[in-house]
Amino acid sequence: MLNTPPCVGSCSEFPRLPRAGRRGADASTVCAPAAAPLGAEKAVTCLLSLGWLVPLLALLGYVGHVFLGQRAKQWSALFGIVALALGFALSVGMLAQTIGGASIDVSVPWLSMGGINVPMGFSIGPLQAVMLTMVTFVSCFIEIYSMGYMKGDIRYNRFFANVTLFVAGMLTAVVANNFILFFAAWEIMGLCSYLLIGHWFEDPANGRAATKAFLVTRIGDVGLLLGIWWCFTLTHTFQFAALPGDLAALHLPAATLNAIALLIFLGAVGKSAQVPLQIWLPDAMAGPTPISALIHAATMVAAGVYLVARTYPIFQMAPSALFWVGLVGAVSAFIPATIACVQTDIKKVLAYSTISQLGYMMLGLGVGAMEAGIFHLLTHAFFKALLFLAAGSVIHAAGTQNMHEMGGLWKKQRWTAATFIIGSLALAAIPPMSGFFSKDAILAAAYVSPDPVFYWLGTVAAGLTAYYMTRVVLMTFFGSPRSEHVYEHAHESPAVMVVPLVVLAVPAAALGLAAGFLRHLLAPGYIKPDVGLIEFVPLLFAIAGFLWAYALYTAPLARRAALLRSPLIAAPYTLFKQLWFFDHAGSVVTYVLGLGPSFVIGAFDRYVVDGLVNACGSLCLWLGRMCRRLSVGNAQAYMLTIAVAVVIGLVALQFQAMGG
Amino acid sequence: MIAVQGVPLVDFLLLGALLFCVGLFAALRRSNAIMILMGIEVMLNAVNINLVAFSRYLPRGGDRGQAFAVFVLAVAAAEAAVGLAMVIIVSRRRGTIEIEEISDMRG
Repeated sequence: MLNTPPCVGSCSEFPRLPRAGRRGADASTVCAPAAAPLGAEKAVTCLLSLGWLVPLLALLGYVGHVFLGQRAKQWSALFGIVALALGFALSVGMLAQTIGGASIDVSVPWLSMGGINVPMGFSIGPLQAVMLTMVTFVSCFIEIYSMGYMKGDIRYNRFFANVTLFVAGMLTAVVANNFILFFAAWEIMGLCSYLLIGHWFEDPANGRAATKAFLVTRIGDVGLLLGIWWCFTLTHTFQFAALPGDLAALHLPAATLNAIALLIFLGAVGKSAQVPLQIWLPDAMAGPTPISALIHAATMVAAGVYLVARTYPIFQMAPSALFWVGLVGAVSAFIPATIACVQTDIKKVLAYSTISQLGYMMLGLGVGAMEAGIFHLLTHAFFKALLFLAAGSVIHAAGTQNMHEMGGLWKKQRWTAATFIIGSLALAAIPPMSGFFSKDAILAAAYVSPDPVFYWLGTVAAGLTAYYMTRVVLMTFFGSPRSEHVYEHAHESPAVMVVPLVVLAVPAAALGLAAGFLRHLLAPGYIKPDVGLIEFVPLLFAIAGFLWAYALYTAPLARRAALLRSPLIAAPYTLFKQLWFFDHAGSVVTYVLGLGPSFVIGAFDRYVVDGLVNACGSLCLWLGRMCRRLSVGNAQAYMLTIAVAVVIGLVALQFQAMGG
Repeated sequence: MIAVQGVPLVDFLLLGALLFCVGLFAALRRSNAIMILMGIEVMLNAVNINLVAFSRYLPRGGDRGQAFAVFVLAVAAAEAAVGLAMVIIVSRRRGTIEIEEISDMRG
């Protein structure tokens, strides 16, 4: 099934830069200010050429944590916060420069052997500048919030060190201009997610969740690594800028291009928790809540979407790769949304909504609206970070994650509740919140794509989103308190936690105003398809979802229980509650594909490989036992042996002399 | 070739072989360590007879055989010194120099 992207100019955010440092010969700078006066060119080049400093600052923050963090006590958090704040300032400056049309791609020779030259470098364009600004902003406020949330934690400094390294990995992945550096940063993120999900490793369940996250994303990493390797064997380059052109020049068969694109996409599926590799993300809730915010908003899962956007020209070349991206996205938008409707853990609802929203991003990329996908990535980063931090504030106050024990918290936590509701409105895509504009852009592009099923899956999921977010808000903040103990215990969080919520609520609410600006920046030639009144269909679904949830969750409990007894509701309820049996299927696949071959390989190792080694050992032992008998301990016996041997030798020599 | 007062070379060789066998027998059959050392000395001197005889009888033999014999004497002296020293130590530590009783290295 061929998927023609409706946009013409969506490739133009990857200007075919001259291949800087392609041969690894020299470090060269390419700067293309569109209409900058001659004098401004130098300043533009100067600021953009500092792009490498943003990840390095975060890395320095990490080094500070490692060497000075223990001594700095609770102030150690400032290492990361200051580094990220500086990085944010620099990113804003670079964003301002890229608005003028400037971009940069710098490489220095790095690895040179036997005719293979691998340069190392970074590039900053509009996409990178926008991502850097978002990542530094969101993660900086997550760290500020964590100062309050993690107060008194036994591994306080270690937590902040890992967070800062995590962000450094993400920033490196953003600025990397080649696959090698990108993959290294990608793996740093994998490591940090493992360390942070398992932060409270005293509980073995948390350790298992960390291992699961690490192993499941690793499945995707293997695909990505194969894709990178395949690209390199074909084109002998790792450079993002040169790869699409080189691949196009080879006139490869469609199947090869599809395979390469889908292998790279597999990496994104693992990292961005798309169906069927989504099973790690809900378990990742075992980590501290700020980590959930970080993984779900600024780093980890965003990296997968960013990878597809970064290598988008390769996907556009492959005939059916974008169709698969769209399909996985649409399915991932729908299925987790249904699961989120029946979760009782507030963090789990948000986790499944993240998978669903990432599905929207992939859907946008799949139908050719790359800018819409990235725009949703940005708005989602703000409102999902906000939602998680607000949920963290609730958990901090209530001491439980179970929504059945909450209720009525509005009276105790006004600020938290208000910001949480803003985030929910944005997530449910209610105008004028930011989520409306980005989701709307994706669904409009999906509507004009040749596969209408994408559009309808996305639209139904939009209704479900409104349903489950309404449900969360009603169960948490409104109604009468379900648990007297929790209600008594609840209180508003300290200012260090509330202020980040308020700050994040601003872009979550207002980023929609920047929709036109971002579209112009990321895809100058792109015109959003005009779908007329169809544009408001997802909104109608959302309103329906809201009304349904409102009706259900303000009604008495007995009514809901009665509803569950009807088979029409009970069957899908069980399906959703059992997570569509993905975890079961995962176990079966693991057993059949994993344990079967493992058993054969294990037997081979135990009986053939070990058998050979043990046989060598046994032979030596046996020989030794035989030879031992020759040592009788009597000097004269040895002498006799020598004498007899000499005589035999002499006789043999004599015979030889006579015979020869 | 000048025979030594009519004695042919083969007689010297026979004497050397006979002496070697005597020494070997002593080294292999006696149980006293000192007697074994003496047997080894006899074997060395049997070889010396051969060397000197060949040096005298063979054409272009020169003095090399005699030089070898002197070497062997010197080495034998050193060997006797070391060997006897070891025998003395063994006798002090164990109170015996019977070779059959010194068999700690049996495998």
